[in-house]
Amino acid sequence: MKRIRIGNGCGFWGDNLDAPVQLAETGQLDYLTLEYLAELTMSILALQKAKNPEAGFATDFLEVLHRLVPILRKQPGLIIVTNAGGMNPRACAIQAQHLLAHAGLPRRIAIVHGDDLLPQLDNLFATGHTLNHLDNGTPLEAIRDQVVSANAYLGAKPIVEALRQGVQIVITGRVADASLTVGPAVQEFGWGFGVADLDRLAAGTVAGHLIECGAQATGGLWINANDSTHLENVGYPIAEIAEDGTFTISKPPHTGGAVNIETIAEQLLYEVADPRHYYTPDVVADFTTVELKQVQPDVVAVRGGTANGVTDTYKVSVSYRDGYMAAGTLVIAGPNAVWKARRSGEIILAKLRQAGLTFAQSDIEVLGAGDCVPGVIPAATDPPEVVLRVAVRDPRKAAVERFTKEFAPLVTSGFPGTTGYTTGRPPVREVFAYWPALIAKSAVKPIVEIL
Amino acid sequence: MARFRLLDIAHGRSGDKGNHANIAIIAYTEADFAWLQQHLTAEVVERYFAPLQPSRVERYEVPNLRAFNFVLYNVLAGGASRSLRSDTQGKALALALLQMELDRA
Repeated sequence: MKRIRIGNGCGFWGDNLDAPVQLAETGQLDYLTLEYLAELTMSILALQKAKNPEAGFATDFLEVLHRLVPILRKQPGLIIVTNAGGMNPRACAIQAQHLLAHAGLPRRIAIVHGDDLLPQLDNLFATGHTLNHLDNGTPLEAIRDQVVSANAYLGAKPIVEALRQGVQIVITGRVADASLTVGPAVQEFGWGFGVADLDRLAAGTVAGHLIECGAQATGGLWINANDSTHLENVGYPIAEIAEDGTFTISKPPHTGGAVNIETIAEQLLYEVADPRHYYTPDVVADFTTVELKQVQPDVVAVRGGTANGVTDTYKVSVSYRDGYMAAGTLVIAGPNAVWKARRSGEIILAKLRQAGLTFAQSDIEVLGAGDCVPGVIPAATDPPEVVLRVAVRDPRKAAVERFTKEFAPLVTSGFPGTTGYTTGRPPVREVFAYWPALIAKSAVKPIVEIL
Repeated sequence: MARFRLLDIAHGRSGDKGNHANIAIIAYTEADFAWLQQHLTAEVVERYFAPLQPSRVERYEVPNLRAFNFVLYNVLAGGASRSLRSDTQGKALALALLQMELDRA
């Protein structure tokens, strides 16, 4: 039975730049996928594109591509599928093509777009696509003026259409993470998107979901990771998918990390709500039919993952401006560190009140005293030192800026043991809030172009 | 009565979806899965995380993995973008739940 090997070398923008190189070098891959877009990455990219029409994509991808050049030379058949295009797949592809041509590797690149709904937002409202908030039903029009980005999660279909034209690189905007894997499987095995193939699409979706977060499938975040897991050399995941939809998850030889029933089970349920209904644009996958079996050290065989129908909607991820925030820290050492830290946080906010400033939201955390999960995990003893973290959010940028100036004074005017003020005033950043919605598939037109 | 911690019989992982979090708890054995089915209910988990004020907690059973998936709604103080907390994405929630103390006859 025909099998293909798909490795995912990047789980988010900011992931290790050497991982894709290691994976492609020794993973014997047919496809390398690279996933860059977290829920709110698009808001940052949208603002970059607004300032510069050549920007708005995950620039790390170009750095990775540069490092991959020697491997692409040795493995001309290796195909890359990535959502690095972000808000500007065309600019990303042009720069990627330029980089490769410069290295003497001319490559055909396809871009997938049509996910960006911002240019047609008012038109969508006018035709009844209200993009109501999934949790509370509010129509998006309520915050129209604050919207920074609005992208539909496209599925595997346009990726397949691109691959069918024999390109070596596919650069997309927003697509469902799992679809980066489903696309190549559909193309290689001749699966369709109809009822007859839904179970295979579901299995492909399970594979894509398992590898989409990179090392989280191969020992990263594993509860039982220890020194012998060697996370300093963690290998990134490879899905070897067979024509019937069964697959294995493994990692390159001579790498750290671990692939076992525990790492795979943990990752299968990562960021999942109802395991019987894992919604993607391609299929609704049922994870309760998945069977895991350790077949070799660091190789887990996966069977199942069946379909629970298919939806006629795409998920839409909207981001909107929601004020400003900043968070600063101080180290508080010595006896009564927890009490001193909490009081110091209150002093910061009290001083600002005296200056006439209160904030829409503020938060004091004493890290080391259990405040990472506040009120749930109490600190057992009096720790020798803690980190005080104070954060505020407010519509007024100037107020948040003023807040950032209240940390340093405590080094002399606060309690003894106040230290760790070495990073300077904390930065003020704009807040982009997240607005999930659905849209009829018929209202979105995925576009494939070859460069 | 033997007192133990959930992490003695299960492992898990947590993550975010907007302002909601999910916690997967996976039992090491079938017997412990069956025991947890009775004792690690949505109500127990909701009470445990009461300081974080989830609007509701739902439990999904995943017997093929000996697992339960708990969804804690509106528990992230605004979620990844807006929350002022250190753990904006609920990454520490699974570990917090695994530290829960339990009694078994």
